[in-house]
Amino acid sequence: MRKRAINRRSVLAAGTAGLLAAPWVARAQGKTLKIGMQSIFSGPIALLGTSSRAGLQMAVDRINGSGGLLGRQIEVVYRDSKGQPQEAARVARELVNSSGCELLIDAEASSGAFAVQEVVRDLGVACIHTASETSSLTADPKIRVATAFRCARQGVHDAIAGSTYLAAYSTEKKFTKWATCSPDYAYGRDTTKQYLEFFKKFKPDLEIITEAWPKLGQPDLTEVITKLLQAKPQALFTLLYAGDLSAFINQGNVYALFSKMTVATPNVDYPVLAAIKNLPAGIQSATRYLETFPDTPANKAFGEAYHKKYNELPTNWSWQTNAGMHFMEAAVKKANSTDGKKIAAALTGLKIDSPFGVNGTLTMRDDHTLVDYAIGWGQTVPKPPYITGVKPAVWGKIVELETDWKKQQHYI
Amino acid sequence: MVTQTTSGLIVGMLLFLVAAGLTLIFGVLKVVNFAHGTFYMLGGYVAYSTLGATGSYTLAVLAAAAAMALFGVLFERALIARVYGSNVLMQLLICYAVVLIFDDAVKIVWGPDFHAMGMPPAFQVPPLFVFGGVVPPFYAVLIGIAALIALALGLGLAMTRLGKTVRAAAINPTMVSALGVNTTLLFAVVFAIGGALAGLAGALAAPVRSLSPGMGFSILIDSFIVTVIGGMGSIGGALVAALLIGLLRGFGTIGFPGFTDGLIYAAMILILVFRPQGLFGRRTA
Repeated sequence: MRKRAINRRSVLAAGTAGLLAAPWVARAQGKTLKIGMQSIFSGPIALLGTSSRAGLQMAVDRINGSGGLLGRQIEVVYRDSKGQPQEAARVARELVNSSGCELLIDAEASSGAFAVQEVVRDLGVACIHTASETSSLTADPKIRVATAFRCARQGVHDAIAGSTYLAAYSTEKKFTKWATCSPDYAYGRDTTKQYLEFFKKFKPDLEIITEAWPKLGQPDLTEVITKLLQAKPQALFTLLYAGDLSAFINQGNVYALFSKMTVATPNVDYPVLAAIKNLPAGIQSATRYLETFPDTPANKAFGEAYHKKYNELPTNWSWQTNAGMHFMEAAVKKANSTDGKKIAAALTGLKIDSPFGVNGTLTMRDDHTLVDYAIGWGQTVPKPPYITGVKPAVWGKIVELETDWKKQQHYI
Repeated sequence: MVTQTTSGLIVGMLLFLVAAGLTLIFGVLKVVNFAHGTFYMLGGYVAYSTLGATGSYTLAVLAAAAAMALFGVLFERALIARVYGSNVLMQLLICYAVVLIFDDAVKIVWGPDFHAMGMPPAFQVPPLFVFGGVVPPFYAVLIGIAALIALALGLGLAMTRLGKTVRAAAINPTMVSALGVNTTLLFAVVFAIGGALAGLAGALAAPVRSLSPGMGFSILIDSFIVTVIGGMGSIGGALVAALLIGLLRGFGTIGFPGFTDGLIYAAMILILVFRPQGLFGRRTA
């Protein structure tokens, strides 16, 4: 028996162990720079993970192609949290402690991002959140972390920009009777409330005559649609997204809903626009990512390169992760280090040139959140570019109202 | 009123198509087919791909029904036939495994993101207005098709030889077998009909609902409520219960907007308490 100890299987096992140990050796030699990237790669919102990864990979390929970062090639380690907070926290810890990642790109949805935030607080590693839009992640000083930043849109920015646009639009069209229709869970209820708060402030004669709260993933929305039709609002605000939004549009078309009321939504991502058959014209819509807004050669080039490489259209998360990596690159260069504290100092107030900025630049504000990114509202058309006549939001006004809101929340 | 009624009818009729197969399979084979939602999902996807390949919605619907009939037979022969009469947990496990496997298979073949089939061009017309209510033509056609199928199923079970044999097998399969009827074939036929009905429902719903992996699950729960209310094994019961649920949804959203789902479960609880065999179910000895 003892002789058989060295057989084919044990050689394989030893080889595998060697392979597994190899990255650790590489780390000791300081050759590759490992970056951990975690997100949701499975389940109904796997698009979050896959399109974030694609956006990140484009940035990493560019950096590696031009000699790497601090002279080291970047290697990204991807992990699937399946959207579960406890798994997100475990994965973040594992990436840093076991896999040897020196930096983190966190593309988790808010539920996971808050869990990652606490791990980052504990480990002191530099981290950029690229998907969580929940304002308190960085706005609330009790939740903010010294080495964690957000390179993503922030809920309160969108609510202000959207409400401002919709209030002006309502006044122009003389619309006072609105209805809402949003998914029946925390996101749908809270965000609707936030939009309406600002909306009512800008347009005091606004009246919400009916509300509908379909379940997340509800296959048949007929009763919701007939209820809305019966209430006869002039316009409808909805936070439905992805498959639910597509079902709503298809079933709404059957009842000619879109000819009876104007529909407004901040939630149509590029691939969703492309996937919805018979997209009605004239939906008032925010741009999450659009190749034609900002209408610059750099933005168009990104959209086309992405489309060519992945054979699909970029999502909002694609640009956010791409820009997040860009910020990380600039900060590491500026700090000449991957140390969490040094990168945090470099990132605070950092301004980069970017196709996704409203004036060609993006800024990481002192409170660790992104500003000056492109926010705009326009109308849908059934064919590409899908949204036209985009009016950019005014950042000065957003920041002013955001500051009021922060005072109201006792954040400052 | 008219709008609410048609919206209730459409939800109810599609539910009936799925639940009818479920209740038929249970009635004859005493198998609680938890994989029935998978038939519905695959039906939708088959229709989506067929429409993409041929451009004909009629063909897409027929292909979905035919493919699911075949799938039903294969499923019955390869898996369910091995667990007749054994522990219900065993049947449940097999069905659940099939659900998981095919949810993943759909992800591999069609991708994890949702798909929208879009309305066939023939139905891209403005809705009709009847007595002040809105009736979409597509839904009118759907309700018609489902009603025809309900009629055909009802008459088929009552009048034809096959129908009589199926009903007899539901009561006493051993005796039917002893009388020289090929019950193996009969069981396969029942699964084929159940599969075809679910596939048909998936295909008919595809133009207005989103296709996504796991979509079978949401309709499965409603279908089970229908079979419980209507009585396990009763086609007529399934029809009445499906329409009841559809109308509860249609009208409940006006009267009790926050409690529509609650109403449906409340109805189920009332039935379970006061008439546990269901509205049209036979009390088992």
